Amino acid sequence: MNDRPLSFAETFFLGLAGLVGFIGLWTFLSVSGIVPRQFLPNPLDVATRFIQLLSAPFAGATLPMHLASSFERYAYGVLLAAFVGVPLGLLMGWFRLLDDIVTPIFDGLRFIAPIAWVPFAALWFGTGIGGPVMIIFAGAFPPCLINAYRGARFVEPRLIEAGRMLGTPNSRMILEVLLPAAVPSIIAGLRVSAGLGWQSLVGAELIVAAAGVGFMMVQAQGSVQTQTVMVGMIAIGLVGMLIDVLLRQGEAWLRRRRGLEA
Amino acid sequence: MGSISFQSVDKVFGGSVKALDDINLEIADKEFVAIVGPSGCGKTTCLRMVAGFEAASSGTVSVNGRPVTSPGPDRAVVFQQFALFPWKTVRENIDLGLRNKNLAIGERSELIAGALKLMNLESHADAFPHQLSGGMQQRVAIARAYVLDPEVLLMDEPFGALDAQTRVVMQEELVRISRRNPRTVLFITHAVEEAVYLADRVAIMTRRPGRIKEVLDIKAVREREAWDKYPKIEDVMDLESFVHLRTHIWKSLREEKGFKDV
Repeated sequence: MNDRPLSFAETFFLGLAGLVGFIGLWTFLSVSGIVPRQFLPNPLDVATRFIQLLSAPFAGATLPMHLASSFERYAYGVLLAAFVGVPLGLLMGWFRLLDDIVTPIFDGLRFIAPIAWVPFAALWFGTGIGGPVMIIFAGAFPPCLINAYRGARFVEPRLIEAGRMLGTPNSRMILEVLLPAAVPSIIAGLRVSAGLGWQSLVGAELIVAAAGVGFMMVQAQGSVQTQTVMVGMIAIGLVGMLIDVLLRQGEAWLRRRRGLEA
Repeated sequence: MGSISFQSVDKVFGGSVKALDDINLEIADKEFVAIVGPSGCGKTTCLRMVAGFEAASSGTVSVNGRPVTSPGPDRAVVFQQFALFPWKTVRENIDLGLRNKNLAIGERSELIAGALKLMNLESHADAFPHQLSGGMQQRVAIARAYVLDPEVLLMDEPFGALDAQTRVVMQEELVRISRRNPRTVLFITHAVEEAVYLADRVAIMTRRPGRIKEVLDIKAVREREAWDKYPKIEDVMDLESFVHLRTHIWKSLREEKGFKDV
C-alpha cells in the first residue's frame, strides 16, 4: 500500500465509478427480476418517488416537512448532549474524585445502543419531543463527554503546573486552561456526536406519532411501500453527509483560526 | 522575606530509585543560589520540591520556615520550556497571576506596565506567545513571575532552550534585574559559566543519587575582585578569578562519571 498519492481528478473519478457501479448493480438486480421487485425497488422508481415526495405528502407531510421535524428533534438531542457532555467531561478531567465516580457508570452505559433506550424513553419522556430527544441524546452524548475528558486530561503538564504556581483557582483553571487546551479534541468529539446523533434518528422516530423521516419510513413499511422506505434511507444518508461536510468545514476553519492565534 | 531550607531531604522515585540523598542547603533571603550537576542528578527535582510540585520522601523543604505543601504564587517558577498559555496574549499571561490575587483592574494594569517595561516587552503586549522568539517568550515568563512579587523565584534551566547569543543577553538582563530588584533565587543549570556569573553561591551536586558535594561562595570573590565594574559578560569571564572558579567547578563535575553534557 505504498502507492503514490492520487490527484483530485483521479479520486473524483474513482468515487464516481464506484457510485455508477453500485447503481448499475442495483438496477441490474431489480430490473432483471433476480431479486423480486417488492424486495428491492428499482432505482428509477425510487428516484420518481423521491421527486414526488418533495411536494406530495405521505403520512401527513412532504419529505422536506418530515426532514424538518426530524432535524428539530435531532438539534435538541445533539445540543443537549453537548451542553451536558462537554462540561461534565472537563470536570471529570480536573476532579479525580468525580472521574472515579462517573467513569464506571459511564463505561457501562455507553455500550448500550441508543435504540435499546426506546421503551424507557417512551415511558419516561413520552412520544412527543422528550422520548425521541432522549434517544438522540443517548447516541450523541458519549463522544462529547469522552473527547472533552481526554482533552482535559492530556493538557501539557507544564501548563497545569504554571497555572497552579500562579495560584489559579479550580473554576478558572477549567475555563482558562483546560477548556482552551481541549478545544481541538472537543470539536472532533462534536463532529462524531453529530454523526451518531443523526444515526440514532430512525430509532428515535420509531416512537414518534406525528412526523419525521423515521416516522415516514415506519408508515411506509406498514403499507409495504418499499420505494418510500428507500427514499427515507437516501434522504437520511444525504442529510448525514451534508452535516458531516459542514462540520468538517467548520472544524478546518477553527483549526486554521487557532493556527493563527494559538 | 524569602529563605529556603532543605533539611535532610531524600527523594525516592517509584519506591526504589533513589534520586536525592540527604540534601541540606540553606538559602538566605535575597540570596541567589545556583545548583549545577550532571544530567539526571536530581537538581530539577530540588526545585520542584520548593515549588510544591513534588513532595520529599523524607526530610523537610521549607520556605520562610514553613514546610512546603502545595504550589503557590509566593514561589514563582520560570520553566525551561516557558510554559506560557498559547491562547493568551503576553498581557493576559502576565495578568493571570494578578487576577488570581483579586487585585483591582487599575492596580493590575499598573503592575503589568511595570513588568513589561522591566523586561523590554512594551511593544509586544498584545502578541501571542507563538509570534515571539524563544528569548522573548522567556522574557514574558520572567515578567509573569516577577509581577507577582514572589518571596522566592525558582528558575529551572531558564536559558537552556535559547541560542547562545540570546542566552548571553538574558544572563546580563537577569543580572541587571536582580541588582535593581533583589530576590531570593534558586537557579538550576548545567552551564558552569552561567552559574558562576549569576549566583552568589554555587552548589555542586554528584551524579545520582544526587548529593550536595560542595558549595562555593562566589559573592565574596565577585566583591573582592569587583566583577560588577565590567558590564559585559565576556569581560568578567576573562578575569583570572572567574576562570579559577569555573575551572574548579568543572574539575569537580568531571569527577562525576555521568557528566558529559556541558
